[in-house]
Amino acid sequence: MEDIAFYIFAGVSLFSALVIVFSKSVIRAAVGLLGTLGGVACLYFLADANLLGAIQLIVYAGGTLILIVFGIMLTSQSPWAAFQPTKFQAIAATIIGLILATGIIRLVTMAPWKSRAAEKLLTQSPAVKDVGESLLTTYLVPFEVASVLLLVVMIGAAYLARTEK
Amino acid sequence: MASITLPWVERNPERLSSQRRTALWLLYGLAFVSLLIGLASWMWLAPMSGVSRNLADWKIPFVLLLAIGPLVGFVTFLTAGLVVSFYRLVGRILAAPWVAFIIFIGAIVGIILLVWVHAEIFAFVHSWDQWDIKRGADTIPVVDIHYDYSVRAIYENGIKGQKLPLPLVGGVCVDAPVLSYVLWPLQFKIVRDLVAVGGIIGFISIVPGFGIWWERKIAGRMQSRMGPMRAGGWHGWAQSAADGIKLIFKEDYVPPTGDGLLFRLAPYFALVPAICAFIALPFAGAWVFRDLDVALLFILAMLGVEVMGVILAGWASNNKWSVYGAMREACQMVSYEIPMGMALLIPVMTAGSLNLGAIAEAQGGGFWTWFIFKNVWCFAAFFIYYCAALASCKRAPFDLPESESELVAGFLTEYSGFRWSLFFFGEYAAMFVIAGLATILFLGGWMSPFPAEWADKFISPDTNYFIKSIIRGVVAANPLWFIAKATFMFFLQLWIRWTLPRIRIDQVLYACVQVLLPMMMAVLLCNTLWILFVDYYQVGWMMMLDKVINWILAGLGVIVTIGMLAIASFGYRHNKALVGTMAVDQLPGK
Repeated sequence: MEDIAFYIFAGVSLFSALVIVFSKSVIRAAVGLLGTLGGVACLYFLADANLLGAIQLIVYAGGTLILIVFGIMLTSQSPWAAFQPTKFQAIAATIIGLILATGIIRLVTMAPWKSRAAEKLLTQSPAVKDVGESLLTTYLVPFEVASVLLLVVMIGAAYLARTEK
Repeated sequence: MASITLPWVERNPERLSSQRRTALWLLYGLAFVSLLIGLASWMWLAPMSGVSRNLADWKIPFVLLLAIGPLVGFVTFLTAGLVVSFYRLVGRILAAPWVAFIIFIGAIVGIILLVWVHAEIFAFVHSWDQWDIKRGADTIPVVDIHYDYSVRAIYENGIKGQKLPLPLVGGVCVDAPVLSYVLWPLQFKIVRDLVAVGGIIGFISIVPGFGIWWERKIAGRMQSRMGPMRAGGWHGWAQSAADGIKLIFKEDYVPPTGDGLLFRLAPYFALVPAICAFIALPFAGAWVFRDLDVALLFILAMLGVEVMGVILAGWASNNKWSVYGAMREACQMVSYEIPMGMALLIPVMTAGSLNLGAIAEAQGGGFWTWFIFKNVWCFAAFFIYYCAALASCKRAPFDLPESESELVAGFLTEYSGFRWSLFFFGEYAAMFVIAGLATILFLGGWMSPFPAEWADKFISPDTNYFIKSIIRGVVAANPLWFIAKATFMFFLQLWIRWTLPRIRIDQVLYACVQVLLPMMMAVLLCNTLWILFVDYYQVGWMMMLDKVINWILAGLGVIVTIGMLAIASFGYRHNKALVGTMAVDQLPGK
């Protein structure tokens, strides 16, 4: 049962990823992105990582993606906004993509999946409470640094968007 | 299609046409035949003597098909035939509205009974885990799947000895072994899931039909009219059903210059997340499809994804009104999600848990322990949540994405037929989810307004089992309490829609960013301090302050209530002199 569900969700993610890459229409690519994010969130749910799945949906599918679409709608010249990459962009994208793919494949093959620590992580699903506690104790400094970074970004965005007086 | 009409929609049918009479007799005939088959197979498969010898697993499919199937068919056909003929024949003699009303009340009672029967069955199935008897050795499985409980185990542990009155079998009491065949499939999780999904989809289909009718009636009453009266039975209760059937057969138009694929896809993006939100929304302690520990986040995420459908619909229509509607929806949703999410943090903080069940159980000690009355900040958070929730499911006064006065119909302009109705299914489902969240987080969820201990006062050890469960349901906790409270919050949304005028888009954004958000931040901070100093450290003067504020608020509430009642009674006594009635009385032609 879980296997079938895994293949379905993985298939959805891969198919929508292909839609993103091959679609010329910007909005259709955004819908493909929604499919990918949703499929990956479903994979998280399948792996019993409920918190991660819900966060994925709320932050990326419900927030970032809508902002992206909103941006496209505000800035596009015609309803048929399409990608028209130049030759330089295409070559640069291919090179960067290859480097990223190599890195990810290397990471996946090198990761010690069979180690005891990994097995412990895989068998127990952490409750929300544990995640919250570790964020406020063990990982307090990175957590605070990330929030300061976000604050800086927010102030910068507000500064850029303010009306000239 | 012309010859098939809804029987209860026609106001004054001249006479039953021969075709319809044939159809009615056919229904009765089918009911009779299925009753015969059902009774015969019930007798054959479960004779009253030597019952326990006959139990065998290979009989399961046959029993389900032969003994249960025809009985279900009997009830269905008989009810359909009875309703139609009763309304047709008797309804015209006794003023027809009351017959429709009786059918309506009967449906409500039927739903309550159905809820209760389901609760009993599922409680029984859950109790199986405590049995030590597993699969019997003497049974032959007909399909090679793994299962824990054989029919014999279910019969001998649960059914045997409990005589059930079966009026259908001549009024005798039997210990019904057929029931163990019926219960056998419920040991599989996937079967129980299918039943639950059926329940969720059924509920979502009922909510819009009922809600739209109700909304029309409320709109009418608030504008000094009667609302739907003439067509569709008692107070037009069948108009929504007729509307739905009309929408299915309406022309399905896809704008040729738009993006056809996305245009077809968008209604599903609006509907499916709203249905998914019901996965995590508990109707009572055990009445939840999946008891997620992140249920609150999950529901918020689903409400957030739902917006995508509206945005895509607006964009794919390739129509300037639609795009305006979609853009308004996008910016409204993105900004109102922030105060809404922060307001939801307040009950989470107060209960100390993210699990909706735990939050509701924390409010079980009578209505004065509900989180809305916990302290002044929770009280404020409830209203902020409700405002933001109205905006995020685009209800009035925030219904700018489809504002008819400026944007034709906003993102819905190009939609027609069933796709159009899918958006409304999604919207009404989301409205109910929002009402349900408000109920669980602030209004005690499925707990009754009385402390749960009061139930024990009415129960002595020798009380009948059925009476015991009824008392527990009324005094302690029951899914029907949740539905009642959530329905009231749903009604509030309709009430607000027909009371407040729609506000401008800049006012909408101003209200969010410059009013609700700072207010919510202050409330969040103060509630944290309150939890820390009043509940945790119990500082004396803070507790005094809390008490004083609560008493002042309670006094204000009493004064406002009395004032409202005074105004209402004044209006009731002088109703002939008020503007609305005068307008009706002075219509031309009177």
